[in-house]
Amino acid sequence: MKRLINEIPSKTTNIFLGLLPFLLIVIVYIGSSNARLAENPNDKLLPSIEKCIESMSKLAFEEDKRTGSYILYDDTVSSLKRLALGVGISAVIALVVGISIGVIPMITSTLSPLIWFFSLIPTMAILPILFIVFGLGEISKVVLIILGITPIMIRDIYQRVREIPSEQIIKVQTLGANTWQIITRVVTPQIFPRLIDSIRLTLGSAWIFLISAEAIAATEGLGYRIFLVRRYLAMDVILPYVIWITLLAFLIDFVLRQFNQKLFPWFGKE
Amino acid sequence: MGLIKAKNIWKNYGDNIILEKVNFSMESGEFCTLVGPSGCGKSTFLRMLLGIEQPSRGELFFEDKEYPKEPSDDRGIVFQRYSTLSHLNVIDNVIIGLEFKKSPFFGKLFGKAKKEAVESADEILKAVGLYHSRTKYPHELSGGMKQRLSIAQSLVKEPKLLLLDEPFGALDPGISKDMHELLLDIHSKLNFGVVMVTHDISEAFKLGTRVLVFDKIKVDENFPNRYGSTIINDIDSSKEKGKMK
Repeated sequence: MKRLINEIPSKTTNIFLGLLPFLLIVIVYIGSSNARLAENPNDKLLPSIEKCIESMSKLAFEEDKRTGSYILYDDTVSSLKRLALGVGISAVIALVVGISIGVIPMITSTLSPLIWFFSLIPTMAILPILFIVFGLGEISKVVLIILGITPIMIRDIYQRVREIPSEQIIKVQTLGANTWQIITRVVTPQIFPRLIDSIRLTLGSAWIFLISAEAIAATEGLGYRIFLVRRYLAMDVILPYVIWITLLAFLIDFVLRQFNQKLFPWFGKE
Repeated sequence: MGLIKAKNIWKNYGDNIILEKVNFSMESGEFCTLVGPSGCGKSTFLRMLLGIEQPSRGELFFEDKEYPKEPSDDRGIVFQRYSTLSHLNVIDNVIIGLEFKKSPFFGKLFGKAKKEAVESADEILKAVGLYHSRTKYPHELSGGMKQRLSIAQSLVKEPKLLLLDEPFGALDPGISKDMHELLLDIHSKLNFGVVMVTHDISEAFKLGTRVLVFDKIKVDENFPNRYGSTIINDIDSSKEKGKMK
């Protein structure tokens, strides 16, 4: 009998073991849901899967009678727009600031205490300030995401810049590179795939800030919808929405990872 | 005109004295190898020649002028590891040195200028035996090939002084023998100075025209860094090389 640490599952076992917990959750859910519905057919807490599908297809495939639009589609588009805008702007700021403080000591001294201070502010605590300053529109939601994730991203990029071997930076100086050339031709191209990784890492937080902001003030969006139907205990909408959000998060992560592997074949190898 | 001149150089970090009373001068065309026990300050001396460390006391000259306080393209360097650019393929790793010079803002050449740069880089790649790997990335190269690439990167800049910091320390014996031949071949064709740090004595004698031995003259048992190292022996090994041939 081998030690447990040397017992490596085969490919099929691996897939089976991975799916097993999901399967168990589904079975437990269906069992409990059936039990509750048998007792009270109007139970809202654990709706049947049929009920979820029915409610979702109404939101996804039927035009809203009041506005003539598809609710799920509209919610998804407006949420993703905010997310993309927030994360995109954060990434650009993080790239510029992170590389500057990573490469130029004068800028490190000037900015790193400030960034460190900002990264300690609990972002949700300044949401009221944002609503007061920027109003309840789109800007405050995007700014919340930016304030929430930019300091983390900057610190991450800064760390990644510091990880570039000093031998390399010295070498390119002996090849005649000036500071600007070191930034544009040596550091930035090597940081790009790391920026994508940084985006993947902070997307989780970005979703939190997005949904929180939408829950408080919005007229459409995935977070808005969940918190709206909560008043009616509409678990048949909330649960599918949560799954949909998770699926979106997974897809974005998957695309970014593929992007990194395709575009930067040298990344992560020495 | 001397290439390098060092007059009574000292280097200390606080109370720890690394180098003391180092006097040294070399001409273009010389191949100096630095040997000595680990921690004897030979690498510190090389870092001074590179310009990333400054002597605490004493005077250092490059071509009879004040020694530059940062690395420049007069002095090439090959480290033991990490001196190639992992995001560029072999040919781009070599032409980047030309691009830095000719394109200050973009650091990139296009069209005719790029073609010329590629042609001169190809010459060097042929000389170091990497021509057939010119489109590979550094992670696809073996350790020896990476060092060849690093040498090629520096050669394209035609440096006056080439610094080597244990460049073959991480290579297999057979591979380093090939590298020795390459280095001797390049050095015989181009009239530049070479300073190489190594811990392999036979390598030092095989390659160098001068072997400089670093060690401490006085030793304090209780406080090892009370005294620094200096050049205790300066051996002319160019004749022996003649004999070997």
